[in-house]
Amino acid sequence: MRREGKIQVWQDYQKEIADDHYFYVRSCIRQNFFPGAEQTFLKILRSELNKDIYENPHHTSCSGIGYHSDIVPFDTIQTVVARQFALMTEAGYQNLAVSCITSFGIYNEIIETWKEFPAELEKVRNFLKTATGREFEIPQNVSHASDIVYKFRHRITDKAKHKLVNQQTGKPLKIVEHIGCHYSKMFPSKGVGGAEFPHVLVGMIESWGGEVVDYPERRHCCGFGFRQYLVMSNRGYSVSNSKKKFESMAPYKPDAIVSNCPGCPMFLDRWQYVIEEMEGKTYGENGQGIPVLTYEEMAGLVLGYNPWDMGLQMHQTNVEPLLDKMGIQYDPDLKYAGKDGKIIGNPMMVGCGC
Amino acid sequence: MKHIVIIGGGIAGIETASALTDAGHWVTVIEKEAQVGGKLNNWSYLFPDFTPVDKIKSVLQEKCSEKDFSILHQTEVSSIHRKNGKFNIEISGEHQLEADAVVVATGYELFDARRKEEYGYKIYDHVITSADLEQLLLPNGDLTVAAGENPKRIAFVHCVGSRDEKSGNHYCSKVCCITGVKQAIELRKRLPEAEIYCFYMDLRMYGKRFEELYREAQEKYDIEFIRGRLSEASEKIDKSLLIKAEDTLSGRPLKMNIDLLVLLVGMEAGKGTASAAASCGIGCEDSGFLKTADSFLKSNFSEQEGIFLAGSCTAPMSVNDTILHARSAAQEVNNWLLRR
Repeated sequence: MRREGKIQVWQDYQKEIADDHYFYVRSCIRQNFFPGAEQTFLKILRSELNKDIYENPHHTSCSGIGYHSDIVPFDTIQTVVARQFALMTEAGYQNLAVSCITSFGIYNEIIETWKEFPAELEKVRNFLKTATGREFEIPQNVSHASDIVYKFRHRITDKAKHKLVNQQTGKPLKIVEHIGCHYSKMFPSKGVGGAEFPHVLVGMIESWGGEVVDYPERRHCCGFGFRQYLVMSNRGYSVSNSKKKFESMAPYKPDAIVSNCPGCPMFLDRWQYVIEEMEGKTYGENGQGIPVLTYEEMAGLVLGYNPWDMGLQMHQTNVEPLLDKMGIQYDPDLKYAGKDGKIIGNPMMVGCGC
Repeated sequence: MKHIVIIGGGIAGIETASALTDAGHWVTVIEKEAQVGGKLNNWSYLFPDFTPVDKIKSVLQEKCSEKDFSILHQTEVSSIHRKNGKFNIEISGEHQLEADAVVVATGYELFDARRKEEYGYKIYDHVITSADLEQLLLPNGDLTVAAGENPKRIAFVHCVGSRDEKSGNHYCSKVCCITGVKQAIELRKRLPEAEIYCFYMDLRMYGKRFEELYREAQEKYDIEFIRGRLSEASEKIDKSLLIKAEDTLSGRPLKMNIDLLVLLVGMEAGKGTASAAASCGIGCEDSGFLKTADSFLKSNFSEQEGIFLAGSCTAPMSVNDTILHARSAAQEVNNWLLRR
């Protein structure tokens, strides 16, 4: 593997990422899967980077999962997206910061549609005006939240309390990075580093001291793929996709997996637990799983945030092996404590690798 | 005596120069490199009969040394202007040439396989292009891969940078299909134990003895042809490669471990072709190659009177076709000068 070849690709795919004043649109599923990730992102931007980021409680799901499942028509999703843009316009913002990869793909797809087919834009303006009385401007900049963390990764390095380094060996931690398909596979130019060798997570990992694992099934789907999971009879297909990735990455002995998508970390996390239950097989060291993080959680650990405050106890593959390697202090007794410090009860099922 | 300036000292340029010198004209060839031959210098053996390139090169060299035309090496054209029926050609070093006619024979560029990022050229150790392989096919070429062993399983990918939406090249480069067949046979001769696969969309065996060679590749040399393009290649921990494709005849996805991947790169117009063409008033096709005045009857004429075209600056061409196109260019120039 020649790094200089990758550097050339990274240089070919650079994008403009707004510097400040973001209108934040959340994901409809991430707050269930990784409940502290979005809050950690907002904390990093506001407290560490002193950025202005605004969110409006009236914004809704982009309806992307319904659209990709063929139950939400294109006219409908265009109008839903137009309403989000109207909220942004009314709040005086021009830079959209998107939490979800599916939504990021949806926003880009619809904006590109409007560029190619202006009649669609006029139609949607009429739909929105008729239904809600609202008007909107198209965002000047659409960045995924991971783009923004990437842009400021060196400032996070400057404030780091921990590195992605094994404190016992002094060696960089080996991190698998997984990009959501709709981040750059739809529009390679919209993703930092393009579709084939995306740099958005690689840049963070390397800046914070880690080493990226490039394994043969790196580009393979995580196993979400909408219908693979949404249709119950297809879930075996979903877990087999994830398993293919675990088998492929295991020989490299990764210390963690990081992703920038709502679905990918969920499935890479959950299916490790399921595979352990089904087959008794784990893919990490010493019978443990490979911890799976969102990029916000990874940034939060680097910045020294309390792992339990970020919701890492909600992961189904235990994160403690990674915390131990990074030398992060944590209180195991408070893993399932609520915000008031009282124990809210242990889960019925224990995590992968326990 | 009329003076003709030929831009490009590849096969087309030298062949045109030779024919025009024979016709009694004063000819100057402008060549940007230190040696003539152009892209021919990248190849070792030519399809369909494995003619050593040195044979063609030595003929070109003979013509250069025996015929009375001059070659300005490491020289590039800055501009061409027409004045009083003559062409003023500014060349590097702030010199000027005056010519009665100009022949553009600037050839082509090989497609930069890095643009098909999914194949990992210049990233994965054992992904090479057909041009790279050609050097390895010379008798002293080292074909060994990781662990110093010969590759046991090799795959060729056809149409890399041709007939391809992503790279923006919608045209066929014509010569890659037969190049793949030729190189697969050469590899088989060197590596009798290896498994060799060619991934193709369709095989365009348009030339004399091409189809026969394709049949021979299957029947005599046991090359396996799979109809389907690769979606991606990845490097494994031992530096071998994992490739994914769809076998479109069986309608099934396919995954294969291989030791060496060869990308059959197509032809593209040179980087400066469009701007150079615009500066002297001649046009380009959508493909980027130079536009001929008529596809059938004036394939050596540009849109600018007195500026002629020879060889693969007009479209992808084999060595054979280039020689023929160059000879017809010389004849058209000669006829045009006689009519004036």
